[in-house]
Amino acid sequence: MEPTWIVLAQLGVVVLVLAATHVPLGTYMARVYSSARHLRVERAGYRLMRVDPDADQRWSTYLLSLLGFSLASVLLLYALARLQSWLPLDVGMPGMNPATAWNTAVSFVTNTNWQSYSGEQAAGHLLQMAGLAVQNFVSAAVGMAVAIALVRGLARSSAHGRVGNFWSDLVRGSVRILLPLAFVAAIALIAGGVIQNLHAFSDVSTVAGGTQHLLGGPVASQEAIKELGTNGGGFFNANSAHPLENPTPWTNTLEIVLLLVVPFALPRTFGVMVGDRRQGWAVLAVMGSLWALAVALTTWAEVAGPGLAPAAAGAAMEGKELRFGPAASALFAASTTGTSTGAVNSMHESLTAPGGGMTIFTMMLGEVAPGGVGSGLYGLLVLAIIAVFVAGLMVGRTPELLGKKIGRQEITLVSLYILVMPALVLIGTALAVALPVGRDGISQAGPHGLSEVLYALTSASNNNGSAFAGLGASSTFYDVLLGVAMLVTRFVPIALVLGLAGRFASQRTVPASAGTLPTHRPLFVGLVVAVTVVVVGLTFVPVLSLGPVVESLS
Amino acid sequence: MTAPTSGSTALAFARQSWAGLRVLLVLTVLLGLAYPLAVTGVGQALFRWQADGSLVTAAGGRTTDRSRAVGSALVGQQFDAARWFHGRPSAAGDGYDTLASGGSNLGPLSPELVTEIDQRRAAVAAEDGVAPSAVPPDAVTASASGLDPDISPAYARLQVARVARENGMSVAAVQRLVDEHTDGRDLGILGEPRVDVLALNLALRTMAP
Repeated sequence: MEPTWIVLAQLGVVVLVLAATHVPLGTYMARVYSSARHLRVERAGYRLMRVDPDADQRWSTYLLSLLGFSLASVLLLYALARLQSWLPLDVGMPGMNPATAWNTAVSFVTNTNWQSYSGEQAAGHLLQMAGLAVQNFVSAAVGMAVAIALVRGLARSSAHGRVGNFWSDLVRGSVRILLPLAFVAAIALIAGGVIQNLHAFSDVSTVAGGTQHLLGGPVASQEAIKELGTNGGGFFNANSAHPLENPTPWTNTLEIVLLLVVPFALPRTFGVMVGDRRQGWAVLAVMGSLWALAVALTTWAEVAGPGLAPAAAGAAMEGKELRFGPAASALFAASTTGTSTGAVNSMHESLTAPGGGMTIFTMMLGEVAPGGVGSGLYGLLVLAIIAVFVAGLMVGRTPELLGKKIGRQEITLVSLYILVMPALVLIGTALAVALPVGRDGISQAGPHGLSEVLYALTSASNNNGSAFAGLGASSTFYDVLLGVAMLVTRFVPIALVLGLAGRFASQRTVPASAGTLPTHRPLFVGLVVAVTVVVVGLTFVPVLSLGPVVESLS
Repeated sequence: MTAPTSGSTALAFARQSWAGLRVLLVLTVLLGLAYPLAVTGVGQALFRWQADGSLVTAAGGRTTDRSRAVGSALVGQQFDAARWFHGRPSAAGDGYDTLASGGSNLGPLSPELVTEIDQRRAAVAAEDGVAPSAVPPDAVTASASGLDPDISPAYARLQVARVARENGMSVAAVQRLVDEHTDGRDLGILGEPRVDVLALNLALRTMAP
C-alpha cells in the first residue's frame, strides 16, 4: 500500500528518538541505581513501609524479598478482582470468577498481561487503577531490579554474594524512572485524544439513529505505563487498536517508542555500571540486530500481503486500523513481541501467515529483541555467557565474562535458565492439543489452529501477553495452564539469574589477559546473535514447521 | 557459613511477604491513586475535551456534555442507510458496539473470511455501481477495534455519486466535502491518509437539503 520511503521514514522516526534517548536515559538509570542517597519522599515511604533500604542483601535474601513482594501482589490483585463490585468506582462491573481472577492476578504480577477478560466488560475503574496499573509499574520495576542485581554481581569483586537492596531498587525504579516518564507520556496521549476521566459508561443516540455507549475511565494514565513497562494489558478489549487508547498515527508512534525506550537504554546502564561502556554498545548491537530482523521480516510480510484473504481483499487490512495501515501495524507487532509487551494495535490472528509466524518466532527468542524492561538485559547477558562458553570450548580456555569465570555451577544455572521457557511452550502446547478441553478452544482447524495454541503458550511462557485471540482461552483449562506457565517462566529464571548474580559477586574479578575473548567486538556480537537464533531454531523448528511454516507455504 | 534450614527459610519468606504487603500498599497509594488522579487533574485542566472523550454534538461542534453528544469524534459509528457514507465492516458486536471492541480474529487462510470478503466486495460494487475490482481493501475488511472511525480516500470517492444522488446534492458539492474531511499522514509520514466518516456524515447532514 504505502511507498517504501514512507515505511522507512516511520521507522526512522522511532529509531531517531531511541538513539537520542539511549545515552541520557541509560546513564540516568545507572545513577539512580548507584546513588547512596534517598529522595525525601522515598525516606518517608520507607518509614511507612518499615523496611531497611540500605541493607546490602545477599542474593538469597534479595530473592526472598522479591518473591514475598510478588506473593503479596498476587494475593492483593486477586482480592481486588474478586471483590471489585463491593468497592468504589466499580462502574457496575461484577467481581471476577476465581479462575479469571487467578489468571489476571498472575498475569499482571508476572509482567505478562495476558487477558482472559474483556476490559470494557469486566474491569472497573478502581481495579484498573489501583490493581492493574500498580502492577504495570512494579512488575516492570521488579524486572529492572533483577537485571541491575546481575549487573552489580558482574561489577563487584569478592562481595560475598551481596547484590544490592531489593526494596530500594523496586522503589527507585518505580518512582524515579517509570513514574516521571509515564506522567509526561500520559499527558501527551491525552492531548492526542486518549481519554482520562472517571465517568461510568452512558448511552448516546448515534447520528444514524442507533445507540452506542460512551466510554469512560482513567485510560491515558494506564496506557502510558502499559507500554513503558512492557506490560501490554489493554484498558479495552481492542487494546492499542482502540481509538480511545491510540487515536492517531502520532500517538501510535509515541506508543511504539514507549515500549522500546527503556529496554534499549538499559545496555547503556549496564555499560556504565560495569565501568566499560563498550560492553553496553555490544549488548545494544545484539538487541538492535534481532529487533531489526523482526521488524524487516514482519513489515515485508504485512506490506506484501501474501495469502488467500489478503489477496482477496487487495491488502492485509483484516484486523488492522486504517489510520495505521500495514507498515505501522507491522512495526508495532514486531516491537510488542520483541519487548515481551503484548499490547497490540492490530489483531495478530489476522496477520499474514509469515507475519504471524514472525511474531511467534520473535517471542521465542526469549525476550531479548530488545526484551522486556530488565528481563531483556538479563536474558541477553545469559545468552552472552553461553556465547563465551561456546567460544571457550572452541579454543580450549576457561570462559570468562567481564573478569568472572564461567565454571561448572555458573553454566548449570545458565543451562537451566535456557531450558525453562522451551519446556513450558512445548509441553504446554502438546498438552493443549492432546486434551479435548484444549482442542475445544481452537477456532480454526488445520495448521492455523496449532498456531493459535502455540501462540498462546509462547506468549504466556515469555511473559508477553498478546494472543491469536480467536483461541477461546477464557476457559478454566487455559486460565490455569497459562497461569502456571506465566508464573514458572517468570520466577524460576529470576531465581536462577539472582543465583548467578550472587556467584559472580562472590568471585574475585580476574584481570583480562591475552587469552581473554573480548566481549565488545563485532565478532562477539555476531556470535551472540548466532547463538540466540540457533538455540531458538533448534528448539522450535519442528513445531514452527507444523504451524506457521505450513500456513505460509499453502 | 551454614546453610539455612528449611524452617528458617519459611519464616524468612513469611516475614518478607509481610514486608512486601506493606511496601505494596504504600506504592498502591502513590501509583494507583495519586498518579492516575494527578494525570486526570492535569489532563482535565489542559485538554478537557480530549480527556472527556472528544465528544461532538449533532451540529458537529465540540462538547464535554454527555447529554448533548451524538458520539465521540474518534469512535466510528454504524451507517447503513444509502444516504450516508459507510464506514468499514465492524466485528464489534452487531457493528461498532463499544462494549465489544475487537476484530474478527479470522486467520489469513480462513475460507470463512475469504467468503465474507467476496460478499462485501460484491455488495459495495452493486450499491455504488462500480466494478468489483475498484473496491479498495478497507471496504471489505473488518478493522482491529471494530470502532475504526476512518475509511481510505479511495473508498470515500467511490461513495460520492451514490451519496450525492440519495441526498439530492451535486456530485461536486459532495466531493468537496470529502476533500475537506480528508487528512494526510501525520507530519507527512506517519500512518495513512484517511477520511473521518462521522465528521463527514455530520457535515453532510447540515448541508443536505
